[in-house]
Amino acid sequence: MISQVFILTTSGDHLIYKDFRGEAGVDAIRTFYEAVTALSGDQPPVVMVGLGVQSHKGMHFVHVKQGGLYWAASTKSNPSPFTVIEFLNRLAALTKDYCGSLSEKSVRMNFALIYELLDEMVDYGYIQTTSTDMLKNFIQTETMSSKPFSLFELGNVGLFGAETQQSKVAPSAATSRPLMFTRGDQGGNEIFVDVIERLSVIIGSNGVVMKADIEGEIRVKCYLPGCSEMRIGLNEELSIGKSQLRGYGMAVRMDECSFHQAVKLDEFDAYRILKICPSQGEQTVMQYQLCDDLPCAPPFRLFPTVERDIGNRLLIYLKLRCDLSPKSVALNVSVTLPIPKGSVSLSQELSSPDQSAELQSKNKALQWDIPRFPGGAQLSALFKLEVPGLSSASLQEVGPVSLCFELPKHTCTGLQVRFLRLTPTQPGSSQRWVRYVTHSDSYTIRI
Amino acid sequence: MPYFGSEETVKELKRALSNPNIQSDRLRYRNYIFRVIRSMTQGLDVSALFMEMVKASATVDIVQKKLVYLYMCTYASLKPDLVLLAINTLRKDCADPNPMVRGLALRNMCNLRMPGITEYIQQPIMTGLRDKAPYVRRVAVLGCAKMQRLQTLTEIDATIVNELYGMLRDPDPVVMVNCLRALEEILQAEGGVVINKPIAHHLLNRLKDLDSWAQSEVLTFLLRYRPRSEDELFDILSLLDGFLQSGHTPVLAATLRLFLQLAAEHPAVQVDALVRARGPLLNACGAQSRELRFAGLCHVQKILKSQPGQYGAHYKRFFCSYSEPSYIKFRKIEILVELVNDENVGLVLEELRGYCTDVSLELAQAAIAAIGRIGRMYSEKCLDILTGLLGLKQEHITSAVVQTFRDLTWHCPQSTVLVCRAVEGCEETIQDAEGKQALLWLLGVHGGKINSAPYVLEGYINGLKSEMSSAVKVELLTAAVQLFLVRPAEMQDMLGRLLQYCIETRRVIQGPESDPSMGVIIGRPEEPVSNWVSTFNTLTPLCGRVTSPEPTTSGCTNHTTQNVVADPLAGTSEETEVYTPEDKQGVIGMSLGPTLLHEDFERLWLELKLSLRENLGFPGPRSSPETLQAALQLVKMQTLAFSRADTLPWKAYIYTHCSGTLVLAELLQPTAEPESDGMVLSIKQKPEDRQVLQEFVAVLKTVLQTLIKGTS
Repeated sequence: MISQVFILTTSGDHLIYKDFRGEAGVDAIRTFYEAVTALSGDQPPVVMVGLGVQSHKGMHFVHVKQGGLYWAASTKSNPSPFTVIEFLNRLAALTKDYCGSLSEKSVRMNFALIYELLDEMVDYGYIQTTSTDMLKNFIQTETMSSKPFSLFELGNVGLFGAETQQSKVAPSAATSRPLMFTRGDQGGNEIFVDVIERLSVIIGSNGVVMKADIEGEIRVKCYLPGCSEMRIGLNEELSIGKSQLRGYGMAVRMDECSFHQAVKLDEFDAYRILKICPSQGEQTVMQYQLCDDLPCAPPFRLFPTVERDIGNRLLIYLKLRCDLSPKSVALNVSVTLPIPKGSVSLSQELSSPDQSAELQSKNKALQWDIPRFPGGAQLSALFKLEVPGLSSASLQEVGPVSLCFELPKHTCTGLQVRFLRLTPTQPGSSQRWVRYVTHSDSYTIRI
Repeated sequence: MPYFGSEETVKELKRALSNPNIQSDRLRYRNYIFRVIRSMTQGLDVSALFMEMVKASATVDIVQKKLVYLYMCTYASLKPDLVLLAINTLRKDCADPNPMVRGLALRNMCNLRMPGITEYIQQPIMTGLRDKAPYVRRVAVLGCAKMQRLQTLTEIDATIVNELYGMLRDPDPVVMVNCLRALEEILQAEGGVVINKPIAHHLLNRLKDLDSWAQSEVLTFLLRYRPRSEDELFDILSLLDGFLQSGHTPVLAATLRLFLQLAAEHPAVQVDALVRARGPLLNACGAQSRELRFAGLCHVQKILKSQPGQYGAHYKRFFCSYSEPSYIKFRKIEILVELVNDENVGLVLEELRGYCTDVSLELAQAAIAAIGRIGRMYSEKCLDILTGLLGLKQEHITSAVVQTFRDLTWHCPQSTVLVCRAVEGCEETIQDAEGKQALLWLLGVHGGKINSAPYVLEGYINGLKSEMSSAVKVELLTAAVQLFLVRPAEMQDMLGRLLQYCIETRRVIQGPESDPSMGVIIGRPEEPVSNWVSTFNTLTPLCGRVTSPEPTTSGCTNHTTQNVVADPLAGTSEETEVYTPEDKQGVIGMSLGPTLLHEDFERLWLELKLSLRENLGFPGPRSSPETLQAALQLVKMQTLAFSRADTLPWKAYIYTHCSGTLVLAELLQPTAEPESDGMVLSIKQKPEDRQVLQEFVAVLKTVLQTLIKGTS
């Protein structure tokens, strides 16, 4: 059971503090904060303190870090860590649903609402309910939004693509809108289905793919006030497990998948249709994994050359190729390359002015940023490093390269949403958006 | 938190809240209440406003009501007399036609933690238990628990307990789970809520209606139930089967724990459950939430202790990703070491090699130590990598590699030749004390095989004045003496200088160069599942050591007996943590705690004189070593290490704490024919106490003889 729940900023300000059981005082927060910030870097989620302080004897603090805030719970019993961590994640997710975004500012502005949420979610340290359907009946406070919402904020257009009957594009900011806004007459009739994949790849120095895992999920964010049932049709030739094969030619494969407990699967086996009655807010409908068997080539290839120049100069020539189809594009590509410890200065030759490169002396790495990288293209860069006392052993310190990127309108498994039907048909114009994105969880290329 | 101008703020708020103009303007009034709560959260003492806030509670505005209740619950214990003013409003709200208002009032009334409140809340709770709205019943049920806590001294009210047991049949699932929770707290002194057969089956049947939070909690309550028959057991297991694949990690973990506990007598079922839960657990290890990832990894680590082979094929899931925080990376490295096998060793080592040049020094050192641990089984490949790392000529890497070399030669004497070749020329890059100690140890013990050894020592002796660490100095002295015995001509002169320098004498004990027989400890026995299942899905696996997979070997620094190399078998020493001092006392007051680490055991064993050596006259038990371990634990003797069952000579190391003395024992089965010769028992004791020793031997003999009878 949970004794207290609190939300802290990284500088230790209290944003929310609720005591459920009266087992420890407010000063527990300080004890926690000192324990978490005593060492540099992020700390593991469970901290035990209280050998010194009598009143906090045997107290455990479990925390998660989200939106730059500490979401922490204290307990005197020995509960399941999974439960407490998932609860805190859920609290953060609900806060995001209700407040629109997750930041110090939004939590500060909506503290009354968060207290109200906590009051309904937990009683005497026991989790009562966390579903939006139940909670919406009890939450009375109106959301305070820091800025008026506008659907078409032009700054973000193009981040996601939409493939519904409308040819409009839903900006990614569209989902960062508080749920409670739907009370008013604007908006309130949209549903977003996002297919999000996280890619983790290791490519060996000989170009062989050593590891390629995809973790994907289908996330539904629903603003519709009442929706009886939604049918999500996936690729019919979707096969699950190593042995199963369906359809001809390019089948979409996944090793394992699991569903939200509210999903009805009676049409899944035959037609690959998920049926769900989405509750307001965000929920993960399906999660799936694919290990070690990418259906397509990995999105990026790197051809590096590392040479010693005269004197103490190191020449690094990187040629990066994007193997996506020419229609796709990779955004915010960032290449990080560890370099010898003693490197003092960097000069670079990049192929276009929108790219940038810098030497991060703290991490002894160089970072090359490419804001936009079209599919099929090949970019190259030449870096000259000044390394005093360069030896042949220093060359071993170069690499491995890690890449961060985002691939909008692209799934590596090839999973597609064929259709999205709401029954009964919503009165008025309900807008349905389907969006695809692939993120790099960890994309490493060895040199 | 320092908060300036607090008095001014309180005064201003007080003025505003009692201003009739503001009171009549709903929005402005509510805004001031917001400000009070905000100040309260920030740590400002606003209890002076209690009177004004009580007045504000009489309102139809639910948001305002909730905030005022929050305020009252916080300060109730400070202003008990003023709370009574609010009670009336609250009791009136408990009879409101709106169930939300009823529930809210009842919940907050029960949350007012102040003496004497019970007489006011008892009646509303009893009414609440029979309310037609489930929302109110949920609140009322937990209210019973709150009430019980407020009046700890009075006896448990049997009517409430019966009422709650009856309400386990409530149609609302949350009410049902709350009943369990409330009963657990009310009956805490009697061992908590009783789960008998009808209740257990009722709970099992309703599992499907519950939400995932309630499911995982009910599954935890079911741990208490023992099925009467095998048939019932397997019925329950098949009911739970589906939950093993749950996508919701708390449910999965709770189910797995229940499975493992219920099937304690069926190891095959346990293994099967672990296999089936593997997929979902692996997903938890790759979850988007880092914290969940960490929790998953810690639990996988526990499983690996019993089933090292289970995750071998999935080793790639435990490769570190670039952006992960270091606490996750350390766990992953530990796991990689545990699951290494013939098929994956090449790729795992290649991955670990990549971490050795990481920007974080701790991570790099942890990775090097991990390679060293794998090297005890696959020494050749690991030595190649480690030798290659020396070429980088980086201080922290070289130091970590040399320390790893030291441990390797200790455990695998066959690696000595390669190590001796590799360490030449390292001395220039090593700067820290631990690295120097390791190098000096290697030079001392294996100096005969390292050509440059005397010159390196000479360098250290010449620079002795600037050496700060006394541990390094003592190690240097030991090494110089050792090398002198091997290569006197080269060493004589400098040893003289060294001895002259440290004219204050220090005790130097000649230790063994390596101990392959202790190497059997490396083949760590598979731990029975029951050792950790009681802590599965609790916070315990997430606590413990988190800094690095292997504590840097520091055994040498504190003791004058410098020759003993610390044995960094952190993994094995952990298994002794399971036994807490709460365990019942043994027959002659033997106890397990405090835990003795391997390095300490080894040090003491070498230090102490033999107290007793006896041929027991009967052969070792032919039961598995695990049985022996379990049997000895019953009489509070801790088995530190033992050889595999079929190896000869067979050895086991045992210790116990007994009437203020520490007893260390070694069992040795020397020859291949168990019939011909008995086991030899050697005992060392600190401090000596003959009587205790006799008793110890008697108990040990009884245990062994019982085991022999049991197996023959």
